[in-house]
Amino acid sequence: MTRPSPRKPPPEAHEIRPAVEAKDFSFWYGKNQALKRVSLQMPDRQVTALIGPSGCGKSTFLRSINRMNDLIPGIQHEGDITLDGDSVYRADQDVVALRKRVGMVFQKSNPFPKSIYENVAYGARVNRITSSRSELDELVERSLRQAALWDEVRDRLHSSALGLSGGQQQRLCIARALAVSPRVLLMDEPASALDPIATQKIEELVYELKEDYTIVIVTHNMQQAARVSDRTAFFFMGELIEVGRTEEIFTNPKVEQTEAYITGRFG
Amino acid sequence: MPSATDSSPALPGGQRPVPPPSSAPGGGEGGRFLPSRKKGNLTDQFYGMILKLFGLTLPLLFVFIVLRIGQEARPAMEAFGFAFITSTEWNPVLREFGALPFIFGTVVSSFLALLIALPLSVGLAVFLTELAPRWLAAPIAFATELLAAIPSVVYGLWGIFVLVPFLRFTVQEPLSRRFGDTIPFFEGPAYGFSMMSGAVILSIMIIPFISAVTREVLAAVPRSQREAALALGATRWEMTWQVALPYALPGIIGGAILGLGRALGETMAITMVIGNRPDIAASLFAPGYTMASVLANEFAEATGELYLSALMEIALILFGITILVNIAAQALVWRVARRGGAA
Repeated sequence: MTRPSPRKPPPEAHEIRPAVEAKDFSFWYGKNQALKRVSLQMPDRQVTALIGPSGCGKSTFLRSINRMNDLIPGIQHEGDITLDGDSVYRADQDVVALRKRVGMVFQKSNPFPKSIYENVAYGARVNRITSSRSELDELVERSLRQAALWDEVRDRLHSSALGLSGGQQQRLCIARALAVSPRVLLMDEPASALDPIATQKIEELVYELKEDYTIVIVTHNMQQAARVSDRTAFFFMGELIEVGRTEEIFTNPKVEQTEAYITGRFG
Repeated sequence: MPSATDSSPALPGGQRPVPPPSSAPGGGEGGRFLPSRKKGNLTDQFYGMILKLFGLTLPLLFVFIVLRIGQEARPAMEAFGFAFITSTEWNPVLREFGALPFIFGTVVSSFLALLIALPLSVGLAVFLTELAPRWLAAPIAFATELLAAIPSVVYGLWGIFVLVPFLRFTVQEPLSRRFGDTIPFFEGPAYGFSMMSGAVILSIMIIPFISAVTREVLAAVPRSQREAALALGATRWEMTWQVALPYALPGIIGGAILGLGRALGETMAITMVIGNRPDIAASLFAPGYTMASVLANEFAEATGELYLSALMEIALILFGITILVNIAAQALVWRVARRGGAA
């Protein structure tokens, strides 16, 4: 599954202004520290992959960007994450508005038990983006096209989303997230429950979507990180061990732990 | 895999072939009770028999009760026919027996109770599962469930001495003064003992059931569904109303019907506050009578075969209504659950 067109090497992080930036960000579940002073820049319109063994904090970090962890009682944080320079954790941050700017796709596809159309339209309705039927139709079509699902579902927009295959459901969830026009798209192991063909479709999608969106993707799959991402960050035991251009991380890691992980010696 | 008929030839006379004492390994001949197991194990067969007995006892009991009540109700059925459920005359002295006022009383009081209890229960459940901090939610949930442990007759006493006077002087009389002439629901004298009192006491009694079920089904809404809504910029309020409650709807309907079923059959408490007058009135302030109440009040002094038989027929109707409600509930839950998945 290699890409036919050779990629030109992505610019270094400091050459692009970061869309999302973590500064000395630490995070606790109760007394258990899940993230230790993570500082990471996620450049605009690039794909940043977060890799590392289970429990290393990569998902916690991802969910900290749109404050999805707020639901869990007993959490604490230190440091900050910014989105285009705006502090995500400032006291008067409107979390609901924040989540409009930061879309999220989950590990297990989670469409609502509604029609395909209603799933995609949900975000637009809840955020009152538009109430006109024709605009909504347009938005649904555009989002489904962006998620490369339109051709497969155009004839059954009003049948249940639960009738779709696993891969289609996940792309529907991506379309649903895109319909809100987010700035950043967070993906938490979006293909881990899918077969290879569906996985490939998701990966191709990620590759296309970075034209318009800044993407942060958590993955367990090293090949996937290598295939889709411009930059890779390796997490271990709550710490950011190493971050850099994906080629470099995979061909010439500077830290021994990184090398051990990507060559499969642990994790 | 050979089927049972392939491997054991049928005996003449349609007799079932006696299975060989032990089957060959991989022979695939299943036992009668546990088809996936090797048959021939005596203990298994014994257990199978015992369990079958247990399993059949309740349906048999059900059939027996229906038959017996039906048999007792026959004289009344023969004497009055269909008019029994359309007639409003209930005069044992003149041997006139019409059950409509009781059917009306039972159905109206129960549905009114559901009308009052459902929003309160769902509101309570939403508060406890979605909003309340844990230190507050647990005691409130416990207190609510304790309501279900109060004996019916205690509710009745409380109804007589607290609820009925309260409703009479604080609710009914002002409403009657203000709207008595214009709105038929509030017309007539306010006795306190009324359809309204019956419905209110029933609603208090069924709230624990409906809210407990609603809490359970709300708690069972997958976190992924909630997160999906929140991640799209929904507020907690929107997440609850647009995602969690619709997802839990089949269960909430089930809980409501469970409550309705209890309200239909409730006897003691409502008998003590509804006023026990077999009339059909539009006014909520007028006394009523329910099927369960008339059975409890009158069976002891029911003289004459026809009187007793009329009461039995009422029992049969009550039974029938309760079963219908349960079937309707099943159908409704099934339809809503299906619609959720298929539209």
